[in-house]
Amino acid sequence: MYPENFRYTKEHEWVLAEGDNGTVGITDHAQQELGDIVYVDLPKVGSRVDAGKSLGSVESVKAVSDIYSPVSGEIVAINQTLADAPETLNTDPHGAAWLVKIKLSSVEEIQNLMSAADYLSYIGVEK
Amino acid sequence: MVDFGGWDMPVQYSGVIDEHNTVRTAVGMFDVSHMGELEIRGPEAAKLTDFVTTNAVHKLKIGQAHYAGLLYEHGGFVDDILVHKVAGDHYFLCVNASNQDKDFDHIVAQNERNKFDAVVENNGDRYAQIAIQGPKAMATLQKLTPVDLSAIKYYWFADGEVSGTPARIAHTGYTGEDGFEIYVPPSEAARLWQLVMDAGAEFGIKPCGLGARNTLRLEAKMALYGHEIDASISPLEADLGWIVKLDKGEFVGRDFLVKQKENGITRKLIGFEMCARGIGRDGYEVLLNGAAAGWVTSGSPSPTLGKNIGLCYLPTEHSVPGTKIQIMIRNQPVDAVTVETPFYKRAK
Repeated sequence: MYPENFRYTKEHEWVLAEGDNGTVGITDHAQQELGDIVYVDLPKVGSRVDAGKSLGSVESVKAVSDIYSPVSGEIVAINQTLADAPETLNTDPHGAAWLVKIKLSSVEEIQNLMSAADYLSYIGVEK
Repeated sequence: MVDFGGWDMPVQYSGVIDEHNTVRTAVGMFDVSHMGELEIRGPEAAKLTDFVTTNAVHKLKIGQAHYAGLLYEHGGFVDDILVHKVAGDHYFLCVNASNQDKDFDHIVAQNERNKFDAVVENNGDRYAQIAIQGPKAMATLQKLTPVDLSAIKYYWFADGEVSGTPARIAHTGYTGEDGFEIYVPPSEAARLWQLVMDAGAEFGIKPCGLGARNTLRLEAKMALYGHEIDASISPLEADLGWIVKLDKGEFVGRDFLVKQKENGITRKLIGFEMCARGIGRDGYEVLLNGAAAGWVTSGSPSPTLGKNIGLCYLPTEHSVPGTKIQIMIRNQPVDAVTVETPFYKRAK
């Protein structure tokens, strides 16, 4: 369920780092907690984000929640499909419903994040 | 699970939209045991109940219920409640969980000050409450009780039993759909929950959480304490004039309401629909011609209408359907328009 090659935040985002490119999304646990997602707000391509700062927001039927960037860098792509099909976040949060791609300003930042095993114990799931 | 006034409450089971649609088309079940129950007994139980609430208690028949406001002298809400007349000397009040102790203290103080011959009991611990709501609610519950549910009119109730357990079966609800709310001993609640699940299986019954309860009540424009109403809002402002019976005699808050009615209210609750992308949510600012004019009390996608809807307070002169407004959503003004309510009304 939680890919081993992802790194995870306490705010329930994930990042997959490949070289100095990072793909960012929200976790399956996050989408379950949020429920039916109706809007996704993402930053503009070319903007800069800092680790731990708001990257955008997801809005479910119940509430709006900030997405916090797991890493620092420049937004190089956003997932345009989510504008018309935000519900993809409920069905494929670790795959098709990635949020943004970031050119990492520091590859080392990844080391501060949780492994899949740590994240599972953090959210209280038995392995 | 979320903490809701000290209760661990499920926000959703299968998902808010799925649960919502199940209640509109079939039947859903809610564990609303957190709701408080107060009981007023004694020779002057009717007098006390009439004195502390806005609706005409003396007009209730035994077995009948109504919605009412419990007000402060200054006209704001202590709570909004359902009053059930069990007997001439016994009234059963269903109140909001987080307000039950405050309500109890308020009614006790009024009782003592006015020396009514009545006693007030805070009996929340004695009752669990299960709401069975939707067009198939009656067919579901009827399997479990000898009480003829079709004989209980809307906003009436019957004391009987459900699967051998004593139950107060009320034809009431907070969804805008047909349905029942049953009050049962807490020790029996889990067993009855499962029995209702089994009885409703052929109709596709689903357990529903606070999330769907909120979208359902919002479509039906039913107030939620802490949102549409609170200590600073009067029933006239909240568009709840129909529960205020100024001609029934003295009651707490009446003097204020008489004056407010004479002078006119300055703000009033009105429904709106979003015209552009976004959801106006609780607490968001409402703009009229670019200037701050009010605030949103509740907002959500409406699963039944497929639109984003909400309720807001606006200056009375603008609180009419068809007014173009804007709602500040994360520092951006987004177009919306005021509309007639309720947003949803079931076919009778």
